[in-house]
Amino acid sequence: MTVLTSQAAMTAGDAGHPLDPELREGRIPHIWCPGCGIGSVMQAFLEAVDTFQLERNRLAVVSGIGCTGRVAGYLKADSFHTTHGRPIPFATGLKLARPELHVNVLSGDGDLAAIGGNHLIHAARRNIDLNVVCINNFNYGMTGGQVGPTTPLGAKTTTSPFGCHEHPFNLVDLVASCGAVYVARWLSMDVRRLRRSIEESFSKTGFTFIEVLAPCPVNFGRRNQLDEAAQGRMLVERSEIRNGADTREVAIPDEGPIVCGKFVDHERPSYLQLLEGLRARLQEHST
Amino acid sequence: MKRRLLTGNGAAAWAARLAGVDYVPAFPITPQTEIIESLANWIDRGEMPGRLVTLESEHSMLTAAGAAAATGVRVFSATSSQGLLYAMEMLYTVSGWRAPFVLVNVSRGLSSPITLEPDHNDILAARDSGFLQIHCATCQEVLDSVLLAYRLGEDNRVRLPVLVNMDGFYLSFTREPVEVPEAEAVAAFLPSFQAGEIRFRASAPESQAVAVLGGGPYSYFRYETHLAARIAIQVYDELADVFEQSFGRRHAAVECYRCEDADYLFVMIGSFATKARAAVDSLREAGWSIGLLRPRLFRPFPEAQVRRLLAGRRAVAVIDQNLSFGAGGVLYAELAAALYGEKAAPPVLASFVGGLGGRDIPPEEFYEIARLIRDAAERGETPPPRLLYTEAELRETRKLQAIAKVERAGLGAKS
Ligand code: SF4
Repeated sequence: MTVLTSQAAMTAGDAGHPLDPELREGRIPHIWCPGCGIGSVMQAFLEAVDTFQLERNRLAVVSGIGCTGRVAGYLKADSFHTTHGRPIPFATGLKLARPELHVNVLSGDGDLAAIGGNHLIHAARRNIDLNVVCINNFNYGMTGGQVGPTTPLGAKTTTSPFGCHEHPFNLVDLVASCGAVYVARWLSMDVRRLRRSIEESFSKTGFTFIEVLAPCPVNFGRRNQLDEAAQGRMLVERSEIRNGADTREVAIPDEGPIVCGKFVDHERPSYLQLLEGLRARLQEHST
Repeated sequence: MKRRLLTGNGAAAWAARLAGVDYVPAFPITPQTEIIESLANWIDRGEMPGRLVTLESEHSMLTAAGAAAATGVRVFSATSSQGLLYAMEMLYTVSGWRAPFVLVNVSRGLSSPITLEPDHNDILAARDSGFLQIHCATCQEVLDSVLLAYRLGEDNRVRLPVLVNMDGFYLSFTREPVEVPEAEAVAAFLPSFQAGEIRFRASAPESQAVAVLGGGPYSYFRYETHLAARIAIQVYDELADVFEQSFGRRHAAVECYRCEDADYLFVMIGSFATKARAAVDSLREAGWSIGLLRPRLFRPFPEAQVRRLLAGRRAVAVIDQNLSFGAGGVLYAELAAALYGEKAAPPVLASFVGGLGGRDIPPEEFYEIARLIRDAAERGETPPPRLLYTEAELRETRKLQAIAKVERAGLGAKS
């Protein structure tokens, strides 16, 4: 009996996860902590790639440094793990040199909004054809949990042990105000909506930005009386979906609802379209 | 004086605390982060005066550090590897402001490929920046060197920022017993910063800045910085004496271990030199006449001392934990330049590169190096530069390459 049970378990284990073929087995086990939100975002991303039927030889994934930065290494895709803050410039180079590629940036808030913040706003302003998924864990997780540009006022981190005294970014408003054509915010637990949103962003032309709020139980949660599942539960309990909400009004408050949803979905000529347009005009003139 | 079990990071933080720094601009990076975490904790608790702010990158961190130092307050910061490189533009810029402060660098190999473990290409990239450089081999030295660095940089004859270097992991995360001096003793050795003319007064500008200088004045200011750095050799030696009188520990600009009668020498910087030291002890037991030379001061480079200490040796092995692509080891080149034309220069100066990305240098390799330079001295010819690397390591790397090839094939790549 015992033998049979364990064999059955082994067979089930052998069947593995349906997304196993999408991962580089040699890099697994991953480094993420138990309860971390990044894994489910990676899964949602992979499912979106599948349902959108994105051709693998056109898929590129770029990430920076940090916990989320590891995504690029785990995916069986053409991927690049850049230096801290530089996934967007890397992705820009890739996209402009090879416009046929579908270039995605998956990185964290510290990487994209602190050390790489300038690239984020300028890529959105240019409306360069990139899909960005920014996993916001409210701190620098990889280095052990320091205060970052999204750390809520009063939150404890290793470099703000008695509470953060800086205002955080409202990332969705920042990027929307710079001109992104698609801006949304979801919880890492809301995998269904997240997947659909990523899929939707794939169909856009121009700069898209999805902020994913993810629990970081080990570094952020633990220091803020939100360990284990508590931070995730708090996010779920407080989240409220308001599609089309004005991004100016969706800064994450100290208390009360955390607004998620699709906030921006419009058209605006993308960088590549404008460039093509210019070329076409110049050619017309010269002939 | 209290003995505490401190990591190199802890020792650096304690030194900043004892130095009574006023301002700490910070940005996290492995393996340095513990330094700024410790300081943040003390400052927020009110155990330490001063202000700490986490900026959005090392570039802004260094800019803030230089600006604060230019107002005449005492500034401390810390970084590592890519962080130091990201700040590089400002390193060169703020040294020209002649505003002293201390920056601790926790050495870590540079990208690409990426690594977390130490070698010295990061700190040596700052070699020509105008920052003075002190290299540490123990956690005690980290604490002591930061205190020394403040006196050195703030000295009226010098007025330059100083980098204090320790190796990531080997020192940053390794606990050693460290003598932490009493605050009063430190205050006596290192009084508060006498900024003199370095004082930012909006109402009374000291000078009128020009946007762009012609070559004449430009050369003047650049050479002034050079001369100030050169004077720092003499100032350092004076301070090493004062430090010894104050705390009973001597940190010479160039450490020479069991050198006096040695025919053969290893030359190394940083914590890996402690491995060479252990090898020297074993070789001495086996009857070898061998020692270790370890420059602590790397900028300014104390070439006169190095020249004197190397004179008359039969053969010298320079082990560089860095690589200047297309040239070789940086320390080797500096020593070769220092020895040129010297009558008593050792006939054999051999170059070895090892310890890249934290790769160990085991005792057997030191023994092999000793044997190689001894044989070279006997033959009278210098062996070609060599990378310390084993066949087993090459096989391991080939295996990884094979795996990558299979993975690539799995991704549908053509080759
Ligand atoms: S530190 Fe936080 S974000 Fe990083 S892996 Fe752990 S839980 Fe996830």
